[in-house]
Amino acid sequence: MGEHVIKLPDAGEGVAEAELVEWHVAVGTLVAEDQLVATVMTDKAAVEIYAPVAGEVLWQGGEIGDTVAVGAPLLRLAVAGEGNVDEAESEADVVVAREPPPPSSTPPSPAPAPPGPPRAEGERPLAAPSVRRRAREGGVDLRQVRGTGPAGRIGHEDLDAWFAGTATPAAASGRVADTSIEEVKLVGLRRRIAERMSLANARIPHITYVEDVDMSALEKLRGLLNAERHEGQPRLTILPFLMRAMVRAIRAQPEMNARFDDEAGIVHRHGGVHIGIATQTPAGLVVPVVRHVEALDLWATAGELARLTGLARDGLAGREELTGSTITITSLGALGGLVTTPVINHPEVAIVGVNKLRVAPRWDGRDFVPAEMMNLSSSFDHRIVDGMDAARFVQAIKRGLEHPAALFMED
Amino acid sequence: MRDIACKLLVIGAGPGGYVAAIRAGQLGLDCVLVEAHALGGTCLTVGCIPSKALIHAAGEFHTLSEAAAGASPLGISATSPAIDLARTVAWKDDLVARLDRGVAGLLKSAGVKTVRGWARIRDGKSVVVEGETGEQVIRAEAVLIATGSRPAPLAALPFGGAVLSSSEALALTRVPASLAVVGGGYIGLELGTAFAKLGARVTVVEAAERVLPHLDGALVAPVTARLAMLGVEVLCGAEAVGHAGDTLEVSQAGARRDIAAERVLLTVGRHPAVEGWGLESLDLDRDGPFIKTDAQCRTSMRGVYAVGDVTAGPMLAHRAMAEGEMVAEIVAGERREWDRVAIPAICFTDPEVVTVGLSPEEAAALPHAVTTASFLFAANGRAMASGRDDGFVRVVARADNHLLLGLQAVGENVSELAAAFTLALEMGSRLEDIAATIHAHPTRGEALHEATLAALGRGLHL
Repeated sequence: MGEHVIKLPDAGEGVAEAELVEWHVAVGTLVAEDQLVATVMTDKAAVEIYAPVAGEVLWQGGEIGDTVAVGAPLLRLAVAGEGNVDEAESEADVVVAREPPPPSSTPPSPAPAPPGPPRAEGERPLAAPSVRRRAREGGVDLRQVRGTGPAGRIGHEDLDAWFAGTATPAAASGRVADTSIEEVKLVGLRRRIAERMSLANARIPHITYVEDVDMSALEKLRGLLNAERHEGQPRLTILPFLMRAMVRAIRAQPEMNARFDDEAGIVHRHGGVHIGIATQTPAGLVVPVVRHVEALDLWATAGELARLTGLARDGLAGREELTGSTITITSLGALGGLVTTPVINHPEVAIVGVNKLRVAPRWDGRDFVPAEMMNLSSSFDHRIVDGMDAARFVQAIKRGLEHPAALFMED
Repeated sequence: MRDIACKLLVIGAGPGGYVAAIRAGQLGLDCVLVEAHALGGTCLTVGCIPSKALIHAAGEFHTLSEAAAGASPLGISATSPAIDLARTVAWKDDLVARLDRGVAGLLKSAGVKTVRGWARIRDGKSVVVEGETGEQVIRAEAVLIATGSRPAPLAALPFGGAVLSSSEALALTRVPASLAVVGGGYIGLELGTAFAKLGARVTVVEAAERVLPHLDGALVAPVTARLAMLGVEVLCGAEAVGHAGDTLEVSQAGARRDIAAERVLLTVGRHPAVEGWGLESLDLDRDGPFIKTDAQCRTSMRGVYAVGDVTAGPMLAHRAMAEGEMVAEIVAGERREWDRVAIPAICFTDPEVVTVGLSPEEAAALPHAVTTASFLFAANGRAMASGRDDGFVRVVARADNHLLLGLQAVGENVSELAAAFTLALEMGSRLEDIAATIHAHPTRGEALHEATLAALGRGLHL
């Protein structure tokens, strides 16, 4: 009998560690060759780890949520034959960078309060005169306050809890206050999203600019193109048109298509327009990247868009599909709302948000006419982009969308 | 005279009115207090205080009389004690005058303007005071009615001549040979007992089946026993028909009976003082004869408040004081509402009776099971050492969580236990709270401790 160590593989360029997001086996499990044993999350993508040999699981290199360095042992298997390790080595290279315990942001679990109203109906709340006076002056109806003292007596500490908002308000009779608190550990993609949003919001002073766009002409064109599309051509959404409009606007304002290394103080303006598409997946928000949109025609853009968002939704997008964007689009489709305040996909400097398309009256100079209107809510890194430049950029996109023929003019 | 304008106008300087005025003054409100008679109202001038003075004097005299009769077990003897009731009353009047001056001083230092005279309401914002120097108009943003109560009359026995109210009985300068007390409530029994101790032959005529009908039988029994010892005859289920000469005619169980009564003390209750000062013009909502008020002592007219005996509730000075204090704070803009758990009530009979919270009968009407326990003063060292071990302390508590619902006691000096009783209820105490509190030895208060221990099934001294 020997021992085989499965180490965390190198998941791609620049990846030094990964987070354990799922164990598919436990200690004692008999594993077949090529059986899925673990899922780890790198910077962008989920990576599945398979067993190269059959054996029995002896040891697991961490718990869900732990960060494991590339090359560190992930799993030890008892295997028939030699294995790939001797005893001395196996103890030595266990390198698990264990996360510190979650900080005190986890609310302390209060003493379990019995469910239900604080006291039987019609019973007066029990409290000393000073407690009653303090409650009255604080606008608190003591009938709603649960007393933790003997015989359900309400003390100053119960009022303190009420004022601090940690006490659960008691509903009227019949409805029961639910005092349970479920602790959900942030792991995997959710934690990655949380970190990136915090980073973007903390580091980047956002400026958001909202403008409305008359999409009537574009919608007419889109309808025509969709009606006449060939077999195998994807159905066109608004996004390929928007992406073309952005390419045109970026040509005039290349500073928008950039990644800002704020520690080095360098803005990397990219020639290629790599547009990230913020995509909702069952696991959370991911941003697959349509590369070199400047080199794609409308149909090719639509095709790439469909392919990449499909991969992302199925959880199949890899690191290559999920990194390298230079500007991002965010769209919630039919739930797009009137206005959003998009958060920039760090370290980019601009993000364009698409709000919902709606029919609204538009003044054409003589009459109000029904028009298909849509808002663009766009955020910019105010360190790099001035308000005036942001406005010019959005106005350029607007012109492209309102006059779609211009999108297809050769420059 | 120039009109006076103020923030709060208080009509009546009894306990409710003068306390409201002092508190208003403390809170910086511009306050005017109107009173036709002496400051302090019924309580201070013809009620609580002077009756306690007379009761005390009668008790002292009675102790000496017992000693003179050779009845003192303490070995004290005396020879033919005498009382000059005129001097007693002068002493009492001096006491009242001192308290009146004291109230005046308190009002003055609180910055309250006191106007002497008879107030007549013009509307909800102004009154006219008919004083010695003419008519004075006072306008106010808020008006507090604290006019109190008056002795209730009885058609068969109109006040006047030999028929006295409690006020007049407190001013007698000679002990009548015989006194009929019509109405066996606490006022009648307190004064009747005092006059019995002073040497009058006292008969109590009560329409109900027993005296102190608002109390339960166990609490009343020591009082009736003592009345019998003092030679007071108690006629229950009896009605006074009329008084002529020195005789009161009484109808009891269909039979007529004549009772020796040089004087008749009529104490069949008190009526709210709602007449004679223009209240009709406000057309306030009523609760029976009383002015109807809410939990903030507001009447049906905005800006008009009422406290004390003129409103429904126990006719007790301390209730009026607490309400008056609250109204002043409400007028000053503070958030207040009546939320008192208990109002103690005391009969200064012999022995005294104190009741706070629910009686066993009242508690039995609750949906909870109730525990009741008593401790007799016969097993209390202090009571025995003072020669009066009649009476008991009783606790009423919920059986499930031991929350105290009521406390009662009957016995000598038990009025002083009212403080502990009321505090216990107001703080939301359980039996265990009292049981775990050290009660000083030797005091009557230990009986409270023992009663709670008994209710918990672990009495130490019984």
